[in-house]
Amino acid sequence: MNELIRVEHLVKTYFLGEVQVPALKGLDLTVQAGEFVAIMGASGSGKSTFMNIVGCLDRPTQGRYYLEGRDVSDLSRDELARIRNKKIGFVFQTFNLLARTSALENVEVPLFYNDTSTRERRQKAMQALFSVGLKGWEHHLPSQLSGGQQQRVAIARALINRPSLILADEPTGNLDSRTSLEIMDIFQKLNQQSGITIILVTHEPDISGYASRHVVFRDGKVIQDIPFQSRSAAQDLALRPPTVEETSS
Amino acid sequence: MNFPMTIRIAFKALGRNKMRSGLTMLGIIIGVAAVIAMIAIGSGAKVRIQEQIASMGSNLLIVLSGSATSGGFRWGSGSVPTLTVEDSKAIASELSAVKYSAPVLQGITQVVFQNQNWSTITFATTPEALLIRDWPAIRGRTLMQADVDGAAKVCLLGQTVVDNLFGEMDPVGQVVRIKKFPFIVVGVLSVKGQTTWGQDQDDIVYVPLTSGMRLLFGKHFPGMVRSISVQATGPDTMKLAEEQISQLLRQRHRIRPGQENDFTVRNLSEAFSAAEQSARVMSLLLGAIASISLLVGGIGIMNIMLVSVTERTREIGIRMAVGARGRDILYQFLIEALVLSLIGGVIGILMGVGASQLISHFFRWPTLISPQALLLSFSFAGGVGIFFGFYPARKAANLDPIEALRYE
Repeated sequence: MNELIRVEHLVKTYFLGEVQVPALKGLDLTVQAGEFVAIMGASGSGKSTFMNIVGCLDRPTQGRYYLEGRDVSDLSRDELARIRNKKIGFVFQTFNLLARTSALENVEVPLFYNDTSTRERRQKAMQALFSVGLKGWEHHLPSQLSGGQQQRVAIARALINRPSLILADEPTGNLDSRTSLEIMDIFQKLNQQSGITIILVTHEPDISGYASRHVVFRDGKVIQDIPFQSRSAAQDLALRPPTVEETSS
Repeated sequence: MNFPMTIRIAFKALGRNKMRSGLTMLGIIIGVAAVIAMIAIGSGAKVRIQEQIASMGSNLLIVLSGSATSGGFRWGSGSVPTLTVEDSKAIASELSAVKYSAPVLQGITQVVFQNQNWSTITFATTPEALLIRDWPAIRGRTLMQADVDGAAKVCLLGQTVVDNLFGEMDPVGQVVRIKKFPFIVVGVLSVKGQTTWGQDQDDIVYVPLTSGMRLLFGKHFPGMVRSISVQATGPDTMKLAEEQISQLLRQRHRIRPGQENDFTVRNLSEAFSAAEQSARVMSLLLGAIASISLLVGGIGIMNIMLVSVTERTREIGIRMAVGARGRDILYQFLIEALVLSLIGGVIGILMGVGASQLISHFFRWPTLISPQALLLSFSFAGGVGIFFGFYPARKAANLDPIEALRYE
C-alpha cells in the first residue's frame, strides 16, 4: 500500500494573547492510501486541529506533514488552496452548503476554482449527484432538502474533483441514526469501490464501527491506534427495516 | 476562476438582497446623475457665452478715439473724437487682415412715435456694422450703402424699441422722431437678447452714418467718429489686424515715434474669452461638488460590502475550503462592488440626462451633454466601485478559512 499521509511530530500551539494553548503535542501518524480511519477522542484532544492541518486549512507550528510523499508543511496559502481543491474533499457536520444555491451549483463550486468549462462542470456535477443517489434533486435548494440529502450534496461536492482523500468531521453528528447509516454506506462504498482514503472524526462508537482503523487522541497525542477487523457493513444495516428504538429516537 | 461566471455570481449575490443593493446603488445613481447634470449646466453656460460672443460679432476689434493728451492731461478713450470716416475707409481698403470696417457714432437719444417715447442708444454707421455683427433685419430691409450716400432719414429698430413704441403694430413704414428729426422705419432687427453682463442688445436704433452726423451727433466735430468697428479676417489674424491698424493710424495721424497713440484698439474677443474661462471654471466647480456626492455613494458601497463580507463569512470559508484562493475571493467581492457601481452608473447617466432635459425645459437654461462627460462619469463610477470595494474585498480574501467556516 502507498503511504498517503505521514505526519511527524506534529505540534500546533495557539497563541491567545499571552497564553499559549497547545493543541497538538508531537503527534505521529501514517495513513496508507485506501484506509478508512476513524479518529476518536474527547473534545479538546486535538482532533479538529489535526483535521485542519491534514486538510491543508492550517499549518503546523512544528513538525512535518507529507501528503503523497510531498512535504506540505510550509506551503503558501495559494498552494494549500490548490491542494484542497485537487486532492482533498471535505464533509462537515453542519453540511456547509451555500444557502439559496441549488444542489447542482453547490456541487459545482470546487470546479469553479480550477478552470473547468461550463459544460464539463455541469456534466461532472450531475454525475457526482447521481453517484450519491440524488437524481432529480439537482435544482432543489439546501433548505428544500432533508439533512441526509444535504449531506449527500456535500459528499458529491467533496467527490467532484476525484480527491485521493476525504476528511469527514462528524458527518453524521446532525443526522438521525437511519440517515447516518445511509451516509456511512456511501462512505464505505467510496472507500471500498473507489479506493478513496477516508479520515472520519466521530464521537459515536457505532459510527466508528464502519471504519477499518481506530485512532484515539488524547491531549494532542495518539494514545491508541488499532486496526478494526470486525467492521460492520452499513449497507446491511441500512437495508434492514428500522427497529422501534431507532424510529422513536 | 472564470470571469463571466464571477459576474453571474455577483449578480446573484446582489439579487438576493434587492432592496439593499438598490439603496446602495442609489448613492452612485444620485452621484452620477448630479455630475452629468452639473456638467451639462456648466457646458450649457459656456455654449451660451459663445453664442453671445458670436452675437457681438466674431473676431471683433474696436478702435476708440482718444486717449488724447492735452497739456499733460489725459482724456479717457473715446472722449475726444480723433478718428475720421476716412480712417475707417483706409482700414477697410488698405489692411490685409481686415475684413470689414465701420465708423460709428453713437449716443443716447429720445425716440418718439406718436404719444409714445423711449430712450435708447442710437448708432450712426455704415451697413458694414451690421455685417460685422452678423445682424439681419427680420422685417423690412437692412441698412444700405445708398442710405449712407444719400443721407436718407431712415432707421432700423431693435425689438425692444419696437415693443416699447409700437406694441403689436408693424413699425415698418412708420415715422419716428429722433431728437425731433423724423426718420422712416425701414426695418426691424432680429432678436439678439442680453449680453453676458445683462445689457439688452435689442434696445438699439441704427441710422445711416451721414444722416446721424448731420442731424444727431456730428455737430461739434464734423467728419469725426467716436469709434470704428473692425472685423478681422479670422481668429488667427486678430493680433495682426491690431498691429496693422495701429501702424496705419499712427501714420495717418502723423504720430511720431515715441509719441502716444491718440486712439485705442480693443480686442473684444479677449474680454469674452475671460467670460468663457469663468464659465469653464464654474462648470468645473459644479462637477467637483457633484463628484463629492459620488464619493459619498462610494462610501455607501464600501459600507454595504463590509456588511456583506461579514454576513457571508461562512460562504467565504466554504469556498476557501473547496479550493478558492485569496485572490478568487478578492475578485468575487471586487466584481460585486463593480457591478453595483456600474449599474448605478448607467442608471445615473439616464437620470442625469433626464434631469438636464428638465432643467433646460423648466428653467430655460441651455444644457449640453457631451459623450466625454458621460464616459467620464461612467468610468468615475467604476473607479469609485473598485476603490471602495477593494478594502472589503481584501478583508474577505484575508479571512482565515478555519475561522470563516466556524463563523455563526
